Amino acid sequence: MPGPGIDVVPIYFTERDETLQRLGAALELDFRTTVRYRNPWFDPEAAFDAGRGQYRAALFLKALLLDPQADPAERVIGVTSVDLFTPVLTYVFGEAQLGGRAAVVSCHRLRQEAYGLPPDPRLFYDRLHKEAVHELGHTFGLMHCRSIGCVMGASTYAEEIELKAASFCERCRAVVARNGAPVLSSPHGPR
Amino acid sequence: MAVREQDVAVSPDLGSVLIVDDEFSMRDSLVHWFEKDGYRTGSAQDGREALQRLDEQDWDAVLLDIKMPGMDGLELQRRIREVDPDLPIIMITAFASVDSAVQALKEGAFDYVTKPIDPDELSHLVRRAVEKRRLQRENAQLRRNVDQLSTPTTIVGASGPMSKVLELVASVAQTDATVLIRGESGTGKELIAQTIHANSRRRYFPIVPVNCGAIPESLLESELFGHEKGAFTGAQYRRKGKLEMADGGSLFLDEVGTISLPMQVNLLRVLETKEFSIPPLRERRQDIPLLAQHLLGKYAAEMNRPFTGFDPAAMDLMVRYEWPGNVRELANAVERALVVGRGPLVAAEDLPMRLNEKTVPPAGDSLADVEKAQVRAILERTGGNVTRSAEILGIDRVTLYNKIKKYGLRP
Repeated sequence: MPGPGIDVVPIYFTERDETLQRLGAALELDFRTTVRYRNPWFDPEAAFDAGRGQYRAALFLKALLLDPQADPAERVIGVTSVDLFTPVLTYVFGEAQLGGRAAVVSCHRLRQEAYGLPPDPRLFYDRLHKEAVHELGHTFGLMHCRSIGCVMGASTYAEEIELKAASFCERCRAVVARNGAPVLSSPHGPR
Repeated sequence: MAVREQDVAVSPDLGSVLIVDDEFSMRDSLVHWFEKDGYRTGSAQDGREALQRLDEQDWDAVLLDIKMPGMDGLELQRRIREVDPDLPIIMITAFASVDSAVQALKEGAFDYVTKPIDPDELSHLVRRAVEKRRLQRENAQLRRNVDQLSTPTTIVGASGPMSKVLELVASVAQTDATVLIRGESGTGKELIAQTIHANSRRRYFPIVPVNCGAIPESLLESELFGHEKGAFTGAQYRRKGKLEMADGGSLFLDEVGTISLPMQVNLLRVLETKEFSIPPLRERRQDIPLLAQHLLGKYAAEMNRPFTGFDPAAMDLMVRYEWPGNVRELANAVERALVVGRGPLVAAEDLPMRLNEKTVPPAGDSLADVEKAQVRAILERTGGNVTRSAEILGIDRVTLYNKIKKYGLRP
């Protein structure tokens, strides 16, 4: 039985459309649910901080939650190409409500080009997928996980994302299942 | 923001972090960051609130904004140091106030980060701070364990001469001075040496005993000072001397009186000596009942023997005996009594010595002299308890008071 749906909202998303489609399809499988693509119903520029030249992640979350068509059972994830920050940190790959509805993930620092390296579309997509699952995991009440390879492992730099799989460890998977989404077990995922 | 009631995965306890910043958005984003990482978090918006949080519970690390209205980060750090000197404090500073951060480091801050903080740096820093706190706690716990394990056999004695010795022990233990402990055989010189070591700052380092009497004079120098390989015939390896081995700890030179004068002179060049003597047991008879009872308790437990005390005749014998072998002889006597006696009270016949051997003789031969000696002995034995003394002597209290007055004794 499919769990509550996930709305995928591109915000200043400048990657190819098929990247978003591929991500949505993957999330449908990961969380065994249905994904809807929706355009933002808010002005993303309100989250811009001119002093830092970045967008404030919490303001994206707030805008995503102020959805006139919100279904309290559904989750919403913003996917953006702009650089995100929280007031105290230089940047974040994403942000989510712990045990809430909303999450946002940024492509900005997931691309190899951000580090002066040649583009690697496959690596970029893998990172984006893992970070999207990770941020949605927080909405299911998951904190950072110490199990080797679990997608809920904390990553503070891009290469660290490679150390984890795109799937949950058994313990985290059980929490996600308990909290609303029957997650498919992954034969290749960490144990 | 609406948060649903949900299960939250239980993570292993990573520690607790207190965040102190006057700006809500800073506090908020740090709290969320650490919560997701599995830390227990708390926040305070100013120094006063921070001190309150610190009063309420124990924290593993504090993140402290250096610039706050009212009590600033530096001042708060000083206040925290007063309450909890070991708590790791990480200062958060703007680029403009790095000077203050350096000042904070000089005053003992764990480290500092500049705003906005690199997430990777923050993550490592807090992990290290919490780890340091954990190690400090573990260290303190281990030190307490060592303290318990290294506390030597209790020194028992409330008499004037013994109190003086204990006062000296306490005062020399605070110094690194060399101490010469003199006393008759069996008075407890080794116990005093161990007690000095256990009460000194050197207690976490070894106490290295050298029995000077057991080592040939020709080898004593090498034993104490060590030697290099090939220093003399037979010196095939470099050998550490006991002085070097005791570095940081205490060197216990037992039976130092047995070594030759030239060697003692050599030692004196290295060591500055303070001296005190332990009184023989016969000069502190008031301690005998206390000591005997202590030893009885100890041996009864060790040997699992059903003894609770001494009968009056046994105690009388012990108080009056001369104890040429001092506390060691007393200990042996009590131990023997527990082996041969039946209990629950040690009887005079269980003790190895007899009154006619070496006992305090009455000062004269008259009946009055004998009576005076007996009354004095019983009073000493009961620690001056008139009621108990009267019972033992088989007279009433008034009669005993009269005799005390008559012989000029003090209860």
